Amino acid sequence: YRKMATLSVCQPQLGGFSFENCKRNAVLEAEVTKLGCNVPSARKTGTTICGVVFKDGIVLGADTRATEGMIVADKNCSKIHYISPNIYCCGAGTAADTEMTTQIISSNLELHSLSTSRLPRVATANRMLKQMLFRYQGHIGAALVLGGVDCNGPHLYSIYPHGSTDKLPYVTMGSGSLAAMAVFEDRYKQDMEEEDAKRLVRDAIAAGIFNDLGSGSNIDLCVITKGRVDYLRPHDMANKKGVRTGNYKYKQGTTGVLTKSVIKLDLEVVEETVQTMDTS
Amino acid sequence: MYCSVVRHQNTRGLRSQLKDSVPVTGMGPQVGAYGVQDTLRSGFSSVKNELLPSHALELSEKNFQLNQDKMNFSNLRNIQGLHAPLKLQMEYRAARQIQRLPFLQSSHLALDTLKGNDESISFEDILNDPAQSEMMGEPHIMVEYKLGMM
Repeated sequence: YRKMATLSVCQPQLGGFSFENCKRNAVLEAEVTKLGCNVPSARKTGTTICGVVFKDGIVLGADTRATEGMIVADKNCSKIHYISPNIYCCGAGTAADTEMTTQIISSNLELHSLSTSRLPRVATANRMLKQMLFRYQGHIGAALVLGGVDCNGPHLYSIYPHGSTDKLPYVTMGSGSLAAMAVFEDRYKQDMEEEDAKRLVRDAIAAGIFNDLGSGSNIDLCVITKGRVDYLRPHDMANKKGVRTGNYKYKQGTTGVLTKSVIKLDLEVVEETVQTMDTS
Repeated sequence: MYCSVVRHQNTRGLRSQLKDSVPVTGMGPQVGAYGVQDTLRSGFSSVKNELLPSHALELSEKNFQLNQDKMNFSNLRNIQGLHAPLKLQMEYRAARQIQRLPFLQSSHLALDTLKGNDESISFEDILNDPAQSEMMGEPHIMVEYKLGMM
């Protein structure tokens, strides 16, 4: 708002984040709260996401509900994002932040793998993500579960919005993380088979869906093994909308007709214009 | 519950974040020739607008590239000796001189290749692309500023 008058007009513009409107937004927010209204809030994913390492690879799971405050904004959103052919990432937190962060890291990883001519490693993606999130000090609200299989085997990381990461055999994130973690802590075993791992992740996400308001709808799974990725969307529709069993519409002729009178309205033609269509 | 922690932080609002910030000299007033605020060239000044950063990340983002370069150069000096950062900085200086006039968009191809920016994508490339900006800098003032005549 004071751009033309500042010294920045003498130097060329830079890309990236621009903080020009922050003061104006703070003033607007103060005005709006004085009137008693709320500023619009960002769409969050209020989620349950989890991942588990099994014998041959990784199973990632996520629910599919996106919330905007108290309203469900998207009943079937996709929270398992593609990073590279052997690495996928689930995202919780602000929906736009997770989407853009995973896309940027996916592009960077593709450029890096073209430059090294090797399949990208999960540790590389983890390092790129944590350095970017730390740079923005948690203002980018993206909590991620990163999993993949590379030349060193299967790896699973959880990445928090401020940039800290954990490398663990099973992780959960999001508002339903406690419910999902309870299921994991009870039934996780090392070196499970693929079907057991899928059932475990499905049950963990279902626990999050049924016990947390921010998670709901379907369960998506992604099974990553060496050389194969199964993206199962939806794996399980835990919350299907019901079908109405009764029809409450009245049949035509239910109400009896007592009298009938017809009044003719006299219409006269006032003006007649012809508009030609441009069909050239 | 990590998601609820994030929610709490986001609803604090910008007003309270402004209150916590410490006045810093990085935003300082634009002094003219006589050490006084140059109203003709840089407009009216306001202490609140200039001393306080409007966002917690504003200062760190403004200096991010410089700090990264400083850190990389000092690492390089410790590992390979003084000649390595000197040679690199000489090449940067040479590449920086082959741009177009300041008010036109230059591609920075040589500079990007030297810095390694041609192999990475970040928010600088996606958001607020200077090539798409709606306002153009005033050509005369920008050239005068670049030549040091201002």
